[in-house]
Formats: sequence, structure tokens, C-alpha cells
Amino acid sequence: MDKVGIVGVGQTKYERRKVGETYPDMIYEVTVKALDNAGLTIKDIDNVITVSNDFWDGRTISSMAVQDACGCRHKDISTVEGDGLFGAFYGAMRVLSGSFSTTLVVVHNKCSQSKMNLITNAMFDPIYTRALGLDAITSAALQARAYMETFGVTEKQCAKVSVKNHGQAKNNPYAQLPLDIEVDDVMKSRVLCPPIKLLDASPITDGAAAVIWADEKAAQKAKAAPVWLKGAGHMTDAYHLGDRDLARSPALVGAAKKAYALAGVSDPLKEIDVAEVSDVFSYMELMWYEGLGFCSEGGGGQMIDQGLTGMNGVLPVNPSGGCLSANAVMVAGLARLIEAVLQVRGEAGDRQVPNCKNALAHGINGPCGQSHCVMIVGR
Amino acid sequence: MGKRTAIVGTGQTKCSSARKDVNGQELINEAVRRALEDADLTLSDIDAIVIGNMDHFEGINYVDTWSVDGSGAYLKPIIKVTTGGTTGTTVAFAGYYHVASGLFDKVLTVAWEKNSESDTTGAIVTAIEPILERPTFGGAINAMALQASMYMAKYGATEEDAARVAVRDRKHALNNPYAHLHLNITVEDVMKSPMISYPIKYLDMCPRTDGACALIFASEDTAEKICPKPVWVLGLANRHNYTLFGDQPLVPMITMVEAAQALYAKIGITEPLKQFDVMELYMPSSYSGVQWIEELQLCPYGGGPELIASGVTDMGGECPINPSGGVLSTNAIGATGSQRVAECTLQIMGKAEQRQVPGAKMALASGFGGCFWSDLMALGARKPG
Repeated sequence: MDKVGIVGVGQTKYERRKVGETYPDMIYEVTVKALDNAGLTIKDIDNVITVSNDFWDGRTISSMAVQDACGCRHKDISTVEGDGLFGAFYGAMRVLSGSFSTTLVVVHNKCSQSKMNLITNAMFDPIYTRALGLDAITSAALQARAYMETFGVTEKQCAKVSVKNHGQAKNNPYAQLPLDIEVDDVMKSRVLCPPIKLLDASPITDGAAAVIWADEKAAQKAKAAPVWLKGAGHMTDAYHLGDRDLARSPALVGAAKKAYALAGVSDPLKEIDVAEVSDVFSYMELMWYEGLGFCSEGGGGQMIDQGLTGMNGVLPVNPSGGCLSANAVMVAGLARLIEAVLQVRGEAGDRQVPNCKNALAHGINGPCGQSHCVMIVGR
Repeated sequence: MGKRTAIVGTGQTKCSSARKDVNGQELINEAVRRALEDADLTLSDIDAIVIGNMDHFEGINYVDTWSVDGSGAYLKPIIKVTTGGTTGTTVAFAGYYHVASGLFDKVLTVAWEKNSESDTTGAIVTAIEPILERPTFGGAINAMALQASMYMAKYGATEEDAARVAVRDRKHALNNPYAHLHLNITVEDVMKSPMISYPIKYLDMCPRTDGACALIFASEDTAEKICPKPVWVLGLANRHNYTLFGDQPLVPMITMVEAAQALYAKIGITEPLKQFDVMELYMPSSYSGVQWIEELQLCPYGGGPELIASGVTDMGGECPINPSGGVLSTNAIGATGSQRVAECTLQIMGKAEQRQVPGAKMALASGFGGCFWSDLMALGARKPG
């Protein structure tokens, strides 16, 4: 793989409701921030990837709202519909193709303007499963049950993820929900769909994010040292929930295997210094530990019990606070990648993991983490 | 640097106004199976998949993960790309960049639409800026009509000039078994057809179609082993400059002017009419068929009507346009751009049967959509240097 690296990042503050900002307002903000961060101007950008979703935006061709705000005029451009990390991966491919030297990737979502249950209900088959009322939360509850039953993981172990990530968010000025909470608070929070309670679930968030990829030559012009793409992989599981073993994530195993092979990682727990994973629900973080090979199958609960993924653990996970602390859905994966970049740069402030050389970012698409993207970045 | 990349297989479904015999996944699968058969590959050979459509036409969210049973993406990488009408070319572009990146050797792309399951205009209306422009530019036809009127006013082109394109493309479609409409019509028929939005009449406009189109891209490492005549991607360019219709210069349509300049500069095209043997162009109305060939530099501005009337773009002419019958004969919106690429591929492979342009070696495919956005992809028999 040729070299491609991130030279600029930009995020809005993640908030419950951005009343004063439209989609293009948010995209313009993060575009300018990413360019400033890289020390580049829009003239240095030679192609753009926007990421958005027509259902979440309530607009057909949702990308049409932001074409001018991302400065794509006179440039090649495309749009990925899905989690921002998949968009970032496609943006990197376009540089690796040799056709472009830089790619700007932007993503936006205003969940405050959307009806989550209707929008995620539309992921399900219109004939067989949609009428059951499945949505992101109810399907995740099925998965949480399957996972807990199969491996004996407990609600309290899941709650510990929420305590950890909300606590870590206190050090992230962009996070929406920094919280000082204890396991008991999570256990006593309102039940959304058992076993998922309010504090096991990510919040409703508005926000946008941007990154700039550059090849080796273009990276020299940027003021920040590039954080290189070491490896990446993506993969999807079966569609119908009944066709899947919901307690396991073979697609994540496959995506991680590909990313690790490219990055030359053989023991992720030792070789990765920090991981930002898609903890849309608290149980997911534990499942993804397993899929990412941080522990053996069923070992997620013990990992959190032992504190291995806390800020002082062997592999801190979600120092940003994760999706549990801010989840502008399409933006989530790109927010993970941006945190990974900041950690590798040593610019993560009070949440900095010391000596961070290799960082992992993870994003999901579809119900119950059906599709995964894993990316390793580092020096 | 990137890998040289070729198309080694194409698969198109039967297209009609309502494919009630299949559901969405089955429609996709019909195209996927045909592409795999065409390339003599199996699903296990495919390293990654790209899919695209317009969500609100079928009302399915996260189509990439939904598609698995039809696209064959089980335990494979898949992403969804979508850009409105340009989706089909956007999908093909993504297939190219996946392979050219060196990360995937063989990539399957699937572009599709089942318009019969939607209120097409109802969905398109929501694409338009809700406060400033939705009341004026609702739907796909009105903006096309505005551009057509501006073009006619500027160059004195007539409704008959456009009707000739409608007749040409429908005549070409008679030779294409995949085409949705098989209409043997005259200029008079077009002129007498009901007015939809002046100057666009019923027979000037594309239909709405159910259909899917799959392509298989392969790198220079394997393309020639898979396929006796791989069709190489020579270059591609697109421009989606605008968000608001009111900002957009429509005559000439600046996105296509810029995309053509960028593409032609990249691959050394100075006389497109001579250098390309055939073109498959996403022209949703007969008026675009007259105007946009000017942006593509096939003739001077205002020269479109004369070039069409000369027969140069008919079958047997110097550079036939839309041997497939084009978008005026088939418009499964998300698939339409990919169908243009597939038809160019068939021409260069020599597999276009009754609609074959003899000796076709270089072809141009275009995509159109969104806020007057333009995509261009050039394909050729000769491996790029």
C-alpha cells in the first residue's frame, strides 16, 4: 500500500440540538477547521467525499445540501451513504488510486431533526420485519440479550462501559455528555428496551466532522505531521437478524483481520495503543473487544472488570467518551478516527494516552453492527 | 501509483415500468448473476462490492446492509454511494477507485432502482432546498424545462430539433432487448404528445423504470486473464458544483463543460467527435440531447440542432450516440449511469449484437443528476500507458 495520511481534522462541538445551524453551516465550520488544522487552503484540496444519509436528513440526495459548503466547486466529488469511517476509507482509496493527492472527507447529521425509531425501522425488511417495530434500540436489545445469554456477560458489566466512557468524556471538550456516574446510576436509569437502559444508550446528537487525506508529497505542504493509514478493512454480516449469530461478530473479525494484516499487527492488545470503537450501546463495546481480538470470545465482560480498557489500562478504549457521550450517527466513525489521529499526534489534551504510536478507529453500519469498518493509523 | 483498471463483465436486468415478478433483492441478484456469468467468475472471486440507488424511491434505509442476499455481500466488504441521478456513474467511479487503489483486485458494482415502488416525483421534490427553491423547482422535469427554454431562447432552437433526438434514441432502442421502451415514432408523434412542462412534451422525456446494472472491475494484474477483451478505464471526471438551481449557469451547463475539459485534458482528447467511436450519454430529455453535446465539444455552442439533423450521431454515423436507446428509453434512475458504462463496455467488447457500432474502440459514458451535476467516464480497448 502506498502512503496516505491524515493532515487535518475538524469537528463541531457535539450538542443535543443545534438550533442555529443548518447542515451546510456545520459542514462549512468543519471544512474550515480541517483546512486550518492542516495549514492548507481549499485550493490544495483536489477531491471531496461527503457522507450523509437521506433518511436521517429527510431529503433525497442529502449530499446536495452541502456541495457548496464543502468547497467542492471545480473539483471531483462523491458521496458515501453510511458511517463516516466508511466514507473516510473511500476517501483514502481515491488518493491511493493515484488520481488525487488530497481528499477532504466531510460528514454531518442532525439527529435532533429526525425520528430515530422510524428512520432505523426503515433498515428492516418491509414485508417481514419492519411491521414488528424493530428499530436501532429494540434490535440492539435482542443482540444484547443474545450476547449476555451466550457468554454470561451481565448488565453490570455493560454498565461499567457507560461509567468509563461518560467519565472519559469529561476530558473531551467536544463531547456532549460528560457524566460523573456510577454503575448504580446506569442500573437505575429508565429502561428503554430491556436490557438496555437510558445510560446504556448513546444520546441524540447534532454535529459534523471532517478529515483531510494527503499523499506523501502533498503531506509535506501541511503544517502538521501526517498520521499515516497503516491498515483498513470492512466487511458485512448477513442481513436478516435471524440469519445471524447475534452474539458474535464475524464481520468485525474479518474486517479487523484485513486491517491488521495490512498494518502488520499480530497482537492487537499489545501493538495498538488506543482504540476508538463504536459503543452505540454499552454492550457493543464489550462485543467489539472480542471481534477486534483484544480478548477471546466471551471475554469482554472480564476485560472491563479488570479495567484493561480504562485510561490507565493496557489498551484505553474511547478516551473521547465514545458514541455514548456523543452520537451524531453518520458522524460517529469519523469522530472515532479524528480522536485516533489526535492521540497519535499527542494533541489529545487531558485524555492523552502516553506514547501513542498506533491507534484504531472503528465504525458500524446497519442493524446490530451488521457491517464494520476498522482502520489503523499511526506514525 | 494506482493500478490500471478494466471492466471485465457487465450484467443488466430486463427493464420495465414495474418488475412485479421480483423484489428489490431479486432484481439486484439478476444483474449480479449476469455480470458474474459474463466475466466467468463466481462470487468467491469478488473482493469488494459497491452498491447505489436513491433511498427514498424504495423506502429502504442502509441499502448496503439490506442488499446482502441480492448483492452477495455476505462476509465481504460493501459500501453504498449515492448522488441522485448521477448515482449509477458514482457507483462505477467507486468501483474504479476501489481497484485502482490497489486494495481490491476484483470489485463488483451494483446500481439499481425500483421506481414502481415509489412516488418518484414526490421523492425528488425533497432533494430541493426546502425554503428557497422547493416551491419553484419541485420534481425533475421543471428544472429540465427551464434549461430547455433558456437554450431555445439563446440559440433559436426549436421543439422539432429536440424531437429528432427523441425519435433517434427510441429508434435505437428497438435493437436493445434490455430497453424499457420500444417505440417506433416520428417527429410528428413527439410534437403531438401531451405537454408536461413547456417545452417538454411526453415523448421528449425519459420514462421511470425498474432495473439494475452490475459491473465487474479488475486490476491490470488479472483483467486480461479473466477477459479476452477487457475494457480499460481511460479516465474519469465529475463536477457537482452547485447546491441551488438558481446559482447554476444552465446554458452552457457549466458542470459538463468543466468535467469534459478535465477529462479531455487528462487523456488527450482534442476532437471528441472523431476520437470517440460511440457515446452513451445520460440525457433525461430530448432537449439535453441537443444541448449537452455542445458542452462535450462535439460541435460549437448553438450547433447542436445541426449536428443532430446531420445524422452524425445516428447508428451508422461518425459517432453514434445512445445505441442502447439511452435514458429516453430506459431510466431506472440509480442504475442509469451504470447502464451507460455497461453499454459502452459491450460496444468495445463487441458484444452489442444488433446495436453494435462496428470497430468501436473508444467510448464515452456520462451521468447526470442532482443540481445539474455531470459525471464522465472514458473507456477504451487499449490498455492505458
